This record gives sequence, C-alpha cells and structure tokens, in this order.
Amino acid sequence: MALSLPAIMKTTAARLSALYLLLFALCAVLLVLYMTSLSARMLTAQTQETINDEVLGLARAYQRGGLPVLVRVVEARSRQPGANLYLIADANGQILTGNVQSLEPGVIETEGWTTEPFSYRRFGEGELDRLRSGATDQPTPQAGDGNNPQSTGEKGHNAIALVLRLPNQMIMLVGRDLGEPERFRAVISRALTLALGMMGLGGILIWFFVGRAALKRIDSVSDASRRIMGGDLSGRLPVTGAGDEFDRLSENLNTMLARIAMLNEGLKQVSDNIAHDLKTPLTRLRNRAEATLAGRHKTEDYRQALEGTIAESDQLIKTFNAILMISRLEAGYSSEQTGPVDLAATVSDVVELYEPVAEEAGVALETTAPEALTINGNRELIGQALSNIVDNAIKYSTDAAETPKVRVALERVGNEIKLAVTDNGHGIPDNADRARATERFVRLEKSRSQPGSGLGLSLAKAIMTFHNGRLDLLPANPGLSVVMSFPLRETH
Amino acid sequence: MTAPQPSSEIAYNGSMKILVMEDDREAADYLQKAFAEAGHTAHVAGDGETGFALADAGDYDVMVVDRLMPRRDGLSVIAALRSRGNTTPVLILSALGEVDDRVTGLRAGGDDYLTKPYAFSELLARVEVLNRRASARESETVYRVGDLELDRLSHSVKRAGREITLQPREFRLLEYLMRHAGQVVTRTMLLENVWDYHFDPQTNVIDVHVSRLRGKIEKGFDKPILHTIRGAGYMLKGG
Repeated sequence: MALSLPAIMKTTAARLSALYLLLFALCAVLLVLYMTSLSARMLTAQTQETINDEVLGLARAYQRGGLPVLVRVVEARSRQPGANLYLIADANGQILTGNVQSLEPGVIETEGWTTEPFSYRRFGEGELDRLRSGATDQPTPQAGDGNNPQSTGEKGHNAIALVLRLPNQMIMLVGRDLGEPERFRAVISRALTLALGMMGLGGILIWFFVGRAALKRIDSVSDASRRIMGGDLSGRLPVTGAGDEFDRLSENLNTMLARIAMLNEGLKQVSDNIAHDLKTPLTRLRNRAEATLAGRHKTEDYRQALEGTIAESDQLIKTFNAILMISRLEAGYSSEQTGPVDLAATVSDVVELYEPVAEEAGVALETTAPEALTINGNRELIGQALSNIVDNAIKYSTDAAETPKVRVALERVGNEIKLAVTDNGHGIPDNADRARATERFVRLEKSRSQPGSGLGLSLAKAIMTFHNGRLDLLPANPGLSVVMSFPLRETH
Repeated sequence: MTAPQPSSEIAYNGSMKILVMEDDREAADYLQKAFAEAGHTAHVAGDGETGFALADAGDYDVMVVDRLMPRRDGLSVIAALRSRGNTTPVLILSALGEVDDRVTGLRAGGDDYLTKPYAFSELLARVEVLNRRASARESETVYRVGDLELDRLSHSVKRAGREITLQPREFRLLEYLMRHAGQVVTRTMLLENVWDYHFDPQTNVIDVHVSRLRGKIEKGFDKPILHTIRGAGYMLKGG
C-alpha cells in the first residue's frame, strides 16, 4: 500500500499522534516561556541589587569628599574591565564623566530606575563609526542630541540603570549591562527551538512507525474480511497473540464469524433437508396424480387417489408449519406471548389428551406431578412441546421388552423445574445419535419407518430455548428420558 | 387446497351469503366456486376498500377476510366494521401463524383465525360454525340430537332415555359436537374448543377420543349418530 501523505493523514493513528504532538509541543513552549521569564526576572533583581550596592559605595565617597572624590572614584571604576556603567552629567544633561559615550535620549531625564532596558554605547566602541562619519562630533556629545546609538550603529547594548540627582542638581547614572540575561535568553530560545525541532522529528518518526504498524494490522484485518466477504466463510481475522485491542477486536469478530458460519451451516442443512423431506412427498404426490390420470379407473379409484393426495398435502403443510415455527423461535425475535403457565395443568392436559392413544397402543401412561407448579411461559408452546415428546415416547415404547410404559414426571430440582418423559423402549443407545436426535429432520435410521416429519424434537428444543430452558436426552436403561428443564425464574 | 366434500354427506343449515375479501384472484375464484358447490353464495372483494364497502352495504352471514390486502388491511377493515356496529362473524385468513398473530386478529374483532395454507374442508367447517343463524344454541341448556339428550346444567347425557356416563372431557367433546349438530367439526376445531390448544398433534389423538365417545353413545343403540366425514372431520346428526 502506497504511503502518500494524504493516505497517512487518513489513518487514525496519524491523526492521533499529530494531535498529541501538537498538545505536547504547546505545553513545552509554555513551560519554557515561563522558565525564561522567571529566570530573567531573577537576573534583573540581581542586577538591581548590584547597582544598589554600587550606589551606596558612591554615596559614601560623595559624603567623604564631595563631587571631586565622587568623580575620581567613578573614573577609577569606569576603567576597570567589565565595569558597570557610570555617568555623571550636569543639570542640562551634558555628560561630564563616566564610561558611557552616548545613550538613548531621555533616559537620564527621570530619576529612579529605568522602566525599560535602554540602549547605550561605551567609550571606545563608537570610534570607527565616528571616523567613518567624519568625526566632527565633540568627544562628549550631549545626551539625546540625535547622536542616537540606535541610528548610528547597530552595536548598541541594552542596560538597566538607576538615575540619581545629586544635591548640586548634577545627574548621576549607575547601570549594568544586560548582556548576561540576554545571552541566557538566547540560549534558552535556541534550546527551545532545537527541542521543538527534535520533538517534531521524533513525532513524525514515531507516527510513521506506529501509524504504519497500525495501518498494517488494520489492512490485514480488511484483507481478511474482504476474503470472507468474497465467500470464504471459513476465513478468520489474524490474531497476533499480543492481547491488545486489535487482538480483542479480531477475536470478537472471529467469534461472530463462527456464529455466522454455524447459522449458515444450519441454513444449508435445513435447505438440504427441506429439499429431501419436502421434495420426496411432493414427488410422491405428483406421481400418484399422474398415475391416476394415466389409467382407466373407476370413480372410487379417483376418489381414493384424491383422498391420498389430500392426506399427503396435509402432512406437507404440517411439516412446513413446523419448519416456519422452528426458525421463528430460533431466530429469537419471536413475539409469542408469555404469561403464567401451570405446568401441572399442562401435564394433566397433555396426558389426558394422549391417554386413549396410549391405551390403544397398549402403553401404560403414568404421571407424577405436584398439585400446581406455575412458571412464566407460553402455554400453547409448552403444551405442543410436551405433546410432541409424549407422542414420540408412546411410539418408541411399543418395542419394549416388558410392558410398554411411559412416565411423565414433573418436579422441582434445585432452581430448575424438570419435566421428564421416560419410556422403556429401546431408547437411543448411541451417545452421538442421542445428541443428533434434536437436530432438524434427523430421523435416526430405526425411526425412518415411523410416521412423522422428524421435526417433533427439534420443535420441542426450539421451544425450550425460547423459554431459556434446555432439552436433554438421557439414557433411561432401558429406554430414553427426554427432560425439559425450565429455569425457576427469568422465563422471559 | 382441497376440494370440497360431496354435498350428499353434509347436511347444511341452509345456504349462507358469504363475503370473501381476498386479493389473490385465483384463490378468491376458487373459494367462490367451492362455496357455491357447498351450497352457499359467495361475493368476492379484491381489496380492503371494496370489501369494506360491500360489507357495510350488504347483509352477509359470514365474512372471510384475508389479513394482508391492498388499499386497506384486513384487521383495519374488521375494526372499522365493528365500530360501525356490524356484528357479522368474521374468519381471518392469514399467512402469519404465530400465537400472538392469532390473538391480535381475534382482538381486532375477528371470530376465528385460520392460517394459510389451509384445507378448504377446514375453512368450510369453520365458516358454517360461525354462521350466526346456526349459533343460536349458545343459550340453550339442553341439547337434543335425535334421541340423544345432553343437559348442560346437570351434566347428564341420555340416549333413548338411557343414562350414559361420560368423563368430563368426553362431556365437553359431546357438548361441542351437539352444539354444532348437523355441521362438520374438524379435528383442529375440537382441539381448539375442547382442549384449548391450537397446534396440530402429530398423531390423530382426537380420533381416538372421538371413537371412545362414539363407543359410549352408540354401543347398544341401533342407529349411528356420530358420523366421520372423510377428509374433513366429524358430524353429529340424528335421524
């Protein structure tokens, strides 16, 4: 996959890292700005303290010997390397002595601390400029006469200073160059720029690798899903084993796929079975009609053929209804109404309904049930499930070794209500067969000869699932026990 | 769908005027023809609006209403007719067969509910039972069919003056058959009305119950009274 910039920007990973990078950079800038301003303020305070000390010393010199001593001390100090700024001017602002050649106009006009850093020029620094410009100026130019250091040369320094008015109206300025804090500020700002640059670069790199890794995983997931959409339902999404979000997502999707595959398989099986179990009787139906039409028959023959046709189509309709009902129940969106159902009454209803059939078949039908046992459910459905099971039990108990017997027992076991229908016929000895017996249309070989659609148990199972219950087939030695288990609470 | 039974076997409570609301032309034509063969007159409406207009204007004994129809669905037609005071018995035909579909249908004012595909014999039997002129027996306390007599209050059954002992369910079975004497009663109708279940039992359990009842009310008497109508159900008929 080509990794063009717009393509990268389309990935969630890239967008997220860009956002994080931006936020992080913003925080870093704010932090650095705060640190710089804090240290600058500290440095300024320190400078002011130094100046104050200096002024105190000068004040003592002035007290000792008046102006001459002050001037001498100032001149001496001015010549020291790295000296502070000193300037003494007369009341008009004419510079008399000190190491300042020129400074911004107006600086010495107001007493006290200068409010902002100002630019100045020391003696010796402006020589070249002056030579170049004709050097007509006086060696002691008047402060603020237009010989502005900012206009004459770019080499001005910034400083802060304390301006004092001496008792004789002369002006004294003591200042300190701001070179140091400014260098500090420059260092900080360079460091900041560098840091931001590196952060940006790092971000892009991380973004590239992380984003690409995420892209790759997502791409493999979309590739896999495209394959699956293409019809290969056995395909699964890759799981790396890292246990991360991608793995969890893939695992969930795989579970979903497995369920879909299972439903699909069920659907396929059903359509196969429908093809078999509905087409066979349809074919028979058609053949019978054709055969009747083909020969010469008496009215009675036609009548019989038609009656057979009706019986056959009734059976087809029954099968069809059962299939529909099972799929609706299994789809789970069925809106069948539920309410309180007295299982004991349902048992006695169904047993009473089947009692004559059982008697005719020579099967003893026994019941053990409490007076009343009410659950929440659908009476019709439970009645239908139980009657299907009893119907089966009667049919399959007739091959019993002893007297055929079917027992219907309703009882509460723990937090379940069990409704068991047990016969003493041959049962289903094979475990696998027993498990398969509730599948749709499965009619175990031995029962193929018996009438029925093969849907009775499947329908009962679907009905039990609808009631949040279970349908279990257990060996009864001899015979089979079909157990409907209802949860005591929470049935819809 | 099955052909109607030859009329020779079924004694009708006279001819009925039936309104069939069914949008499937072929099914409607078939019903019209089949009802005619059974001795009834059927009018067909192909959609809900026409059906409503016909039902509102005409005096029908029974209406057969398809639930899904163009222009107006069956349930709303029934509800509208009921709100206008029309009490004609209605049988709802529907492809929807869930228990609560039936409940919704009956709640909307239907009197019976039959799921497609259905056997015509079943439809005919139900329509004839619905006929209001035939259901006047509801209020009678003693049913008499031929020499058979059932007292609903004392729960006693006599034939030719001889007391017959019946189980409670057999009594209800006979009571239903006698209420609809002279009409075909299908197995599902019996399961619905005597046992109050609406499913198809796999085995014909009803037949065994009926044959037991038959044994009790016919054994020792000359004439059969409980007849089996092939392909349809049963009919209690005296004389």
